[in-house]
Amino acid sequence: MGQQALNGVFVGSIYALFAVGYTLVFGVLDILNLAHAAVFTLAAFIALALVDAHLPLWLALPLAVAAAGLIGIVLERLAFRPLRGRADSNISGLISSLAMATVFEAIALQIFGPDISRFPQGTFPDRMIRIGGASASLLQLCIVGTSVVLMAVLTLLLARTRLGRQIRAVAESPRAARILGVNVDRAIAMAFFLSSALGGAAGVLFGLAFNSISPDVGRSVELKGLAVIILGGMGSVPGAVVAGFALGLIEVFTVAHLGSSFRDAVSFAVLFLVLIARPRGLFGRAAAREA
Amino acid sequence: MTDLFLAYESLFAFVGINGLLALSVYATLCCGQLSLANAGFMAIGAYTGALITLRAPGVPFIAALAASALAPALIAVPLGLPVLRLRGVFLAIATVGFGEVVRLFFVNWDYTNGALGLVAIPQRTHLWTIALALALALYVLGRLRGSRTGYALEAIREDETAARTMGIYTTGHKLAMLVLGAALAGLAGGLEAHHTFMVAPGGFAFGRVVDMLVQAVVGGTAAFYGPVVGAAFLTVLPEVLREAGARLGLAPGPFRLFLNGAILLAVILYLPNGLVSLPARFRRRARGMA
Amino acid sequence: MSLSLAGVSRAFGGVRAVDDATFTVADAEVHGLIGPNGAGKTTLLNLISGLLQPTSGRIELDGRRIDRLPPHRVAALGVARTYQNIRLFAGLSAADNVVVGEHLRRHAPFWPRLLLLPSAQREERAAREAAEALLSRVGLRERAGTPAFSLSYGEQRRVEIARALASQPTLVLLDEPTAGMNPNEAAAVARLVREVAREGRTVLLIEHNVRLVMEVCDRITVLNFGKVIARGAPAQIAQDPAVIAAYLGDGS
Repeated sequence: MGQQALNGVFVGSIYALFAVGYTLVFGVLDILNLAHAAVFTLAAFIALALVDAHLPLWLALPLAVAAAGLIGIVLERLAFRPLRGRADSNISGLISSLAMATVFEAIALQIFGPDISRFPQGTFPDRMIRIGGASASLLQLCIVGTSVVLMAVLTLLLARTRLGRQIRAVAESPRAARILGVNVDRAIAMAFFLSSALGGAAGVLFGLAFNSISPDVGRSVELKGLAVIILGGMGSVPGAVVAGFALGLIEVFTVAHLGSSFRDAVSFAVLFLVLIARPRGLFGRAAAREA
Repeated sequence: MTDLFLAYESLFAFVGINGLLALSVYATLCCGQLSLANAGFMAIGAYTGALITLRAPGVPFIAALAASALAPALIAVPLGLPVLRLRGVFLAIATVGFGEVVRLFFVNWDYTNGALGLVAIPQRTHLWTIALALALALYVLGRLRGSRTGYALEAIREDETAARTMGIYTTGHKLAMLVLGAALAGLAGGLEAHHTFMVAPGGFAFGRVVDMLVQAVVGGTAAFYGPVVGAAFLTVLPEVLREAGARLGLAPGPFRLFLNGAILLAVILYLPNGLVSLPARFRRRARGMA
Repeated sequence: MSLSLAGVSRAFGGVRAVDDATFTVADAEVHGLIGPNGAGKTTLLNLISGLLQPTSGRIELDGRRIDRLPPHRVAALGVARTYQNIRLFAGLSAADNVVVGEHLRRHAPFWPRLLLLPSAQREERAAREAAEALLSRVGLRERAGTPAFSLSYGEQRRVEIARALASQPTLVLLDEPTAGMNPNEAAAVARLVREVAREGRTVLLIEHNVRLVMEVCDRITVLNFGKVIARGAPAQIAQDPAVIAAYLGDGS
């Protein structure tokens, strides 16, 4: 049981990291960024390409994450900024992010091909560590550690820094923020940078963890990510963290007791339950139902 | 001429099926609801039709098709009641979830061979069957526009709260359109199953409903025939450009994807009312210059 | 159609937007609802039309309890309304907006329309003509085909009134129908309101234009901080010290 809990925390940390970026953009723009998973995928490929080019992992990782952040800024500029102020910006934002996701996926497919790629042997030292009665690989522990650190950094950034306050102000009300002198465009761009950097980090860690990178690797995570942000509450970063770990644990325990064919089904079961019983999730503020 | 026709028969068939699918998404879009459940409804229709044909061969095709349309329509009701209360993006997410659950159900169901699906389905669909179904769907949706119900749907799309205070039972209308969309998607699924000889869960993943949405939006939802225009455009264009792509050294898969994405982005940014709004744009531009 | 509110309250979190409101509106009366900004007048309208549920109290229409009914059922009982912030269907034309308003009055099953039967075509023509007649009544016949978003502010308010009248309501709730109008337009609306009452319809009118309210209304209820502070005929209200005190800070 301890082993399963460990596995759950491991998988959950990646879900949480991915979901945090997802929910951040929703909180700021009230739009679901469906290109998030594509950035996740691209970051994994970029890391892979850098490692294949003989860069050490401790360098390739941050570079891939930074690249992901930059992609996020491009994404915002191309697909979201022109739509701001449009009456139907929720649906059109969804569709334009879908368009960008398709473009990113096409690029990944063209450059890296449809087959599964793997990190070369020896990218990460292969060592097992025992904790209590359970064992985890060094890689797994590093992944959990990295996820937690990144999420903590984001939380501190949002709570303590000027940029964080500006982002939160824009999330409350862009108009009020502008009146108070916040550079709304820049705040939104930075929110995208952070969101995509974290999503990219999740992608790199996922790639390392499962060592199986292909252009459609983002798809299943994307749908799980939806379950996580719904459970946690749309727009709530702490909600995404809690829900991410929760979903990871729920998944692992479901597989252990009901078999692996239920693994994906359980996230959707959670999704439906939450939407029907308490649509705003654990910590969400947004009104999810019509008047 | 007939040679050309035969060579492109398959293309026309897909234009027709995609047209039906795009219309199925339009059914809910026209009252302001973004429902992404239709890949799931299509799967239910496809499997229903295929199972009837394979297990009860004596049943006439039209009955199998009717069942393809009816099965998802019935399922749409218990799905819609709790889910249509949700606003905007939450409804979209819930319906995406539904679609995935349906796909996973078929992946795990041994009776239908799980992930391998059903094969060797006799080809009972002809081009005229698809054309007839599409014409029927267009006619019904066309007659809806401008009717009392059609006015109510537009009101719901523009301002649901105000519509309610005018006596419009918005939940009922939204549910009716969800059911109609489910029936159209199911019908398209049944037609496709009997055209491509097989049904497998892989054909009903999230990407499928995305295609439907893209085609409806690119064509334009201001006119009831817009989605069909979009379906035709986006089904035919990659074929037409396949030569060009190969010459540029691009693999056909990525090229088609890239095109889809680029066109969709261009449309949503610069032509938000879709291709059907082009003539009006040109007319305004011409008047401006005259 | 008579309307009665008994002890109606509505709280949002800790704030009481409407606090123990009790008053009645008689059949075919023009009843004014006035009070400083934020007094709870629009909230009251939302409670009556079913968009909100009271946290306590009863609302009755001709003795029939309506406060637990959803908005479309309240409308079906003969209640129509306009909105403080104007809620026209922006993408639809003025005439189409009014046709939507006719929803409850129309008998238009789908089959005849599907089969292109002449009865369906006749019904649709009648609906369009009725809409144009209503637009004439508010002086906007020539703007019938104009999209609602390109109408002027005053024109939009008038279309909203026409739309509200389209269902042939027995109770009309008007939320600041003359806001932003010039004196001529406002006077025309005042005349229309009296006409509507003569037709036997009851009107509940929220207005900031106190002079108009005094001229047009049979009786007035005054709200402040969600509470009813005065009720009665215009002459009484004008001299009520509580009312004067409430408005002193408003500059009216």
